[in-house]
Amino acid sequence: MRAVHLLALSAGVLGVTPALANDDLMKQIANPAQQVLQTVDYANTRYSKLDQINTGNVNKLQVAWTFSTGVLRGHEGSPLVVGNMMYVHTPFPNIVYALDLDQDGKIVWKYEPKQDPNVIPVMCCDTVNRGLAYAEGKIILHQADTTVVALDAKTGKVAWSVVNGDPKKGETNTATVLPVKDKVIVGISGGEYGVRCHVTAYNLKDGKQVWRGYSMGPDGEMLVDPEKTTHLGKPIGKDSSLKTWEGDQWKQGGGCTWGWFSYDPKLNLMYYGTGNPSTWNPKQRPGDNKWSMTIFARDVDTGQAKWVYQMTPHDEWDYDGINEMILTDQKVGDRERPLLTHFDRNGFGYTLDRANGELLVAEKFDPVVNWATKVDMDKSSKTYGRPLVVAKYSTEQNGEDVNSKGICPAALGTKDQQPAAYSPKTQLFYVPTNHVCMDYEPFRVSYTPGQPYVGATLSMYPAPNSHGGMGNFIAWDGVNGKIKWSVPEQFSVWSGALATAGDVVFYGTLEGYLKAVDAKSGKELYKFKTPSGIIGNVMTYEHKGKQHIAILSGVGGWAGIGLAAGLTDPNAGLGAVGGYAALSNYTNLGGQLTVFTLPN
Amino acid sequence: MRHLSTATLRPLLAGLALAAVATAAVHAEGAKPADPALANSLNPNDKSAEVDQKILDKAQAVKVEDGKYIDAEGHPTFRVTDTGKKVDWYSYSGYRRYHAECHVCHGPDGMGSTYAPALKDSLKRLSYEEFIGILVGGKQDVSASQQQVMPAFGDNKNVMCYADDLYVYLRARAAGAMGRVRPSDKEDKPEAAKKAEKECLGG
Repeated sequence: MRAVHLLALSAGVLGVTPALANDDLMKQIANPAQQVLQTVDYANTRYSKLDQINTGNVNKLQVAWTFSTGVLRGHEGSPLVVGNMMYVHTPFPNIVYALDLDQDGKIVWKYEPKQDPNVIPVMCCDTVNRGLAYAEGKIILHQADTTVVALDAKTGKVAWSVVNGDPKKGETNTATVLPVKDKVIVGISGGEYGVRCHVTAYNLKDGKQVWRGYSMGPDGEMLVDPEKTTHLGKPIGKDSSLKTWEGDQWKQGGGCTWGWFSYDPKLNLMYYGTGNPSTWNPKQRPGDNKWSMTIFARDVDTGQAKWVYQMTPHDEWDYDGINEMILTDQKVGDRERPLLTHFDRNGFGYTLDRANGELLVAEKFDPVVNWATKVDMDKSSKTYGRPLVVAKYSTEQNGEDVNSKGICPAALGTKDQQPAAYSPKTQLFYVPTNHVCMDYEPFRVSYTPGQPYVGATLSMYPAPNSHGGMGNFIAWDGVNGKIKWSVPEQFSVWSGALATAGDVVFYGTLEGYLKAVDAKSGKELYKFKTPSGIIGNVMTYEHKGKQHIAILSGVGGWAGIGLAAGLTDPNAGLGAVGGYAALSNYTNLGGQLTVFTLPN
Repeated sequence: MRHLSTATLRPLLAGLALAAVATAAVHAEGAKPADPALANSLNPNDKSAEVDQKILDKAQAVKVEDGKYIDAEGHPTFRVTDTGKKVDWYSYSGYRRYHAECHVCHGPDGMGSTYAPALKDSLKRLSYEEFIGILVGGKQDVSASQQQVMPAFGDNKNVMCYADDLYVYLRARAAGAMGRVRPSDKEDKPEAAKKAEKECLGG
């Protein structure tokens, strides 16, 4: 590996490399007045250069306008703004609205796909959808039933559509897509149904399939090269996945790809993580279960994997590795390196060199994380790169039909999919987190295609001996692996953060507050209670010279399921007063967009 | 599975059974005194249990067959002893299965979610037959603002082999006999349960 890659964030490299096939998209992404990708930029920084709203005036924010989506379900993701148009998506049935900002949000077109309602119950944990993407005059929607559809951005007419999976087998979708160069990259869900998941590239022009790389299985189907694809600097070798499963179990292996995608134009690599191995009962699937729970770096043209890193070999707790990979360039030691920072469900914040997959930092981003003492950073050690699991919290070692107690974090992770943000000004990451622990009891299950394949009983509760809340909003130093500040929250923070050049960081809460905090200190500067709990991601745009902040409300998702009635109180039987806040006492179902701006 | 083949096909009977309950409950004590040896012993301090006396009375076991408790109507029911500390095997097994198969939609402890109804409440209304019917065949209630769709679990052994266990656990939650707490002790797994599980799950 060549060691140093001086790489500007995608916004800065426009036109530098002749290999770039999609200059228009790069230009659209670089324009801070709009947002054309869910991730804001290819690097997934969720940083906006807009600075009209700043620490001095954010307390004067007012609601500018609102819009009801007409659907009462968990609303994840955010609207897009392209030019004078805003595109709003909904959870199932996945309606798309095109609103003209020049005409006070008039609905220019509406697209409502007809999907079989039988897809609903096979979507584990609510019918959320994490939003649209824009490229080359098309709005790309990836529906719950795995249909990928490209709509003409001007008319809403279907340009092409393609079916990526089969809901009858439990294959569904909740994720957004990544348009890159002449392709659209898409993932798939179904880890709780024994689906063998994959990432697939389609032609942006006509929806024709170009490549598909599975998370597990034979080398050819995973698009790995036993000699050239590396894990922690070494070739992965032949049959790297097959060797780590018993018999044919990899065929129901999971490793789903329902998270976010990032892309480095200079390295021509895309990055994403794979989910849990099926089932949740670790005893039933001996081995490391590669390449579940793994960060993948793939060439976007061929899909070939350049490097992989498995964070949680042989998962025993449902710590999916799908959270976003944030690409930054920062100084490590005395040289600038191309970094990838990832806040995993398992509670460790990882920083790697994204060019070669070298592991640089792995530290807990919530001090209560206890299932592993640390990640072994000793390159000469046999367990290099692996978490050192604490026997007491090992559901594998404790075995089937044994209730392992007090495991932190819970299965929903120290952080779930709700994306973090990064400000190059402060060089800090802003991370929405869960502060929840669990008891976990695995047991034997049988596999039926299209039926849940779980195999564990869980109960969850706020982290004991802490502030009593179920979440924190933290600032993280990714180079040193340290929490800079931490704001306690009553509920898990299930909303994607937005960092801005105005040194204000925004996020939403499950009670429904949009909050603005100081990027340097975490001090709360503004809050407003929207009609329903927020699990969407904050976005910003500029229209007619004014910066706006927009957020979708609509409680749901895993958070709405787990927290609606409050978590299980392990002391309930002892007559303790119910101190376990029920989200249903604070908010209700909804589906609304709220847009803020400063007064004239 | 034994119960199911007959039980699922009887929505009409189920309706009749429900209608009969209202009157039956009034006469229950006079008609058939509960066996004191089968009485429940609940935890009076468990605020999360929310006792519903009517449901609790109706669920009173009148006999036990190989560790399985049966109410006056011949339906499976729970038994809680030792001031709430100990439950019968099926209630315990139902607790475990619920928190694997059901809670991802219906929330922890049958409490409901933003996505699916609270089964601790539904079981106050649903008869055994209706419960099993929905479990086997699923349920759809789709409108402009709501899409409640429950899948059919008829082919799912992880659910159907434990249908009675789930019923008994959720009935105990509806009656308030079990709170939002993991049962700390349980009766031994009956031979009948071991045998039925083996036969039902197959290889």
